[in-house]
Amino acid sequence: MKALLMMGCPELPVQTAAALYIANKLDREGFEVIIAGNKAAISLLLNSDPEKHYIKKVMDLDRCIGALAEKKMDFDLCFVFIHSDSGISYLATIKSISKAKTIAVIFGKEIEPLIEESTDSVIIAAKAVHNPTPLQAKIDGVKSWAALTR
Amino acid sequence: MNYEILLPNSSFKECAEYIKKNFKEIYYVPAGYKIFDNYLVGIPPIPIAVDNSDIIMPYVKPCHGCFVLRIPGKEEVMGLRAGKS
Repeated sequence: MKALLMMGCPELPVQTAAALYIANKLDREGFEVIIAGNKAAISLLLNSDPEKHYIKKVMDLDRCIGALAEKKMDFDLCFVFIHSDSGISYLATIKSISKAKTIAVIFGKEIEPLIEESTDSVIIAAKAVHNPTPLQAKIDGVKSWAALTR
Repeated sequence: MNYEILLPNSSFKECAEYIKKNFKEIYYVPAGYKIFDNYLVGIPPIPIAVDNSDIIMPYVKPCHGCFVLRIPGKEEVMGLRAGKS
């Protein structure tokens, strides 16, 4: 099983924590996890996990979109991190170019409009900017990510 | 790349509406459409306009929202008119 974590702009601190948390859970379920993001998002992750206990593979965001669009790779699950309109555009793109089951990980202060735009995906949403605990609680609400692939 | 920003820091829907409202020759492409060695991000169908030999297209960046860009591109114009997908 393969999972993609597609990171948004890293301006909200909870994103890095949530990505590490989800990557760990997926790893424990036997997923091969790839994390895609821009340079800053990837740097934050790698600096947070220098021994690569949780982050095994990373990829530039634009190259990831290109590889999916060219059908050079695909995933069983794709987590799209969303806290702005840009995230909705990336989610729509993934739904269009990938066969993966999509999970919208929504956070920030104004989450309701983002939830409304993500109706075709599994939604993990919490009002969270600095403190990842509310988002972590929603992530913990899913007992098995592998079950979503069946 | 030589480009002009026609609409900065907006939502994707605002950019799509801007293109549809301000240009006549519009083509609709899927997400992931390759143009200028870039794979388009957005909510499909994504409008791209042609104005003389320029391409008018939305461009999404994770940290800055969506822009409408005008980019000279004779080959891309020919590709769109020929129905390349």
